[in-house]
Amino acid sequence: MIARRMRIGLKSRKTALAVTVVLGFFILVTVLAPWIAPHDPIQVNLAHKLQPPSWEHPLGTDHLGRDTLSRLLYGARYSLGFASLIFLSALGIGLLIGTVAGYKGGIVDSVLMRFCEGVMAFPSLVLVLGLVGIFGPGLAQVVLAMVMVQWVYYARMFRGMVLDLKERNFITAAKISGSSTWKIIRRHIIPNVLPPIVVMGTLEIGWAIMDIAAMSFLGLGIQPPMPEWGAMIHEGKGYIRSHPELMLYPGLMILLVVVTFNILGEALADRYGVNGAFERGRIHDGKTAQRIAGK
Amino acid sequence: MGSYIGRRLLAVLPIFLFATFLTFLLIHLSPVDPAEAYLAASHIQPTEELIAQKRQEFGLDQPLLVQYAQALMKMCRLDFGTSYISNQPVWDEVMLRMPATIQLAFSSLLLAVIVSVPLGFLSALYKNGVIDQISRLLAFFGASIPQFWLGYLLIYFFAVKLDLLPVQGKGTLANLVLPSLTLAMGLIAVYSRLLRTSVLEQLREPYVLYARTRGLKEKLIMGKHVLKIAFSPMLTGLGMNMGKLLAGTIIVEEVFSWPGFGRYFIEAIFNRDIPVIQCYVLLSACLFILCNLIVDLLQMYLNPRISWKGRTES
Repeated sequence: MIARRMRIGLKSRKTALAVTVVLGFFILVTVLAPWIAPHDPIQVNLAHKLQPPSWEHPLGTDHLGRDTLSRLLYGARYSLGFASLIFLSALGIGLLIGTVAGYKGGIVDSVLMRFCEGVMAFPSLVLVLGLVGIFGPGLAQVVLAMVMVQWVYYARMFRGMVLDLKERNFITAAKISGSSTWKIIRRHIIPNVLPPIVVMGTLEIGWAIMDIAAMSFLGLGIQPPMPEWGAMIHEGKGYIRSHPELMLYPGLMILLVVVTFNILGEALADRYGVNGAFERGRIHDGKTAQRIAGK
Repeated sequence: MGSYIGRRLLAVLPIFLFATFLTFLLIHLSPVDPAEAYLAASHIQPTEELIAQKRQEFGLDQPLLVQYAQALMKMCRLDFGTSYISNQPVWDEVMLRMPATIQLAFSSLLLAVIVSVPLGFLSALYKNGVIDQISRLLAFFGASIPQFWLGYLLIYFFAVKLDLLPVQGKGTLANLVLPSLTLAMGLIAVYSRLLRTSVLEQLREPYVLYARTRGLKEKLIMGKHVLKIAFSPMLTGLGMNMGKLLAGTIIVEEVFSWPGFGRYFIEAIFNRDIPVIQCYVLLSACLFILCNLIVDLLQMYLNPRISWKGRTES
């Protein structure tokens, strides 16, 4: 069904099908990892280290004898799971604050938006790293830091949309008919601003995956032995001469997922009139949001 | 024009103040007491007395705003405190590593411009042609490929397999090739597409038609008129991409063991060397603000019509 609905946006049925299949596959893997993985992803077995592919280990084993395929499958859980968590949290906070700021206006709006602009004055990844430096390395801290930085972009975007909506007749009508502010926001504003955000979100999840992986690669995010793709590249880099596949596979996974999300996001953006997100946007650290939220 | 520059500079001031305040606040949000961190880093057994003494020395017993004012004054004098680890002034340590990062950033920026200008221009002229297809593919993967992974791929092919280029280290031109290429890839992806879109937009403008009817040579129209104006969005992109470039240097320096500021920053994160972290975050914000200001001014100089139109709207 998804394939059918997206057909109009995507250049051809084939692309739509490919995107759906790949994405469906990854979501399935994320959910089913414990059942389909042939081995325990963190079970160390030094007797079987750095083995070539075999029936027992279809993609071989890593330097600690852990099954590479199982680690890749579990990796989808961490990468997609945490990227979605960050995206949804940032979106939620941004939605709340952006809507309130846009709808209330006045001093609340000014203060909140000045704060957002201040945060946007920093390159976002640098600010995330700075926060992680202050909180200390670790997965929870990385997630927290990323949410703290990301919500600002969504808040700006929501605010812009709410400002636009506020002047519409149906909002005035709701006001006249005596609806409370909260009810107007909940019943009329939020349903109207949400769909375009979902479109943007598809693009942003791809970026969140990449950022999480970058953090783990730097050794700040997901710590070994947890099988996250970025962390796997971090672990595999020492074996680049003898076993390049250890860093090749996880990178390919990241590339595949990010490309899929980008294609999907671009297609959805085309369809919903948020045009050229890929060609013209992504200027600021991949924050399409900012371009749209812009002045 | 003078008043415009003045206004822009004034507009930067509150952002700058906010940025300094935010970085200042970071330290106070931190669960780590700077005095304790300092003592721990210097391998001194922290006692109540020593901590109290250090707190006084750092001015931590003063009200928050007083502390901020003091910190701001110090920052203006380029005094960012001393590193907890090396006990050297942070600014000296930064200056030691900054040239390497700047060299890396500039060479990749240069590479990105050299590649993406002809690529973007040609793919606009021969829309949907072979070059356009190649550049589209390149842009797509360039934007989706994780930088650190690309770095290792390049190391694998050019250093391990072909044994053409050195893996790490700094000094010769050959050392610079792989890191710059890694860093430039993402920029090429954005710039080439940006230029393509903007050239295509320009080609639809009436002045191109007019120039053609006047019988001007196609080369002249493209080189002198279209390309000059089409540069404008690319320039904006350049300014806004500074953040990406900066974040990129951190990762690329880590991959290629490049002895720059970014790698120092990561080390500082692991060591909880807070003055260094603060300095990096603040400097990057300043750089980001400054670059965007310069880009805006440059753009106004190159193309007064467009930039003024944009200003009056906002």
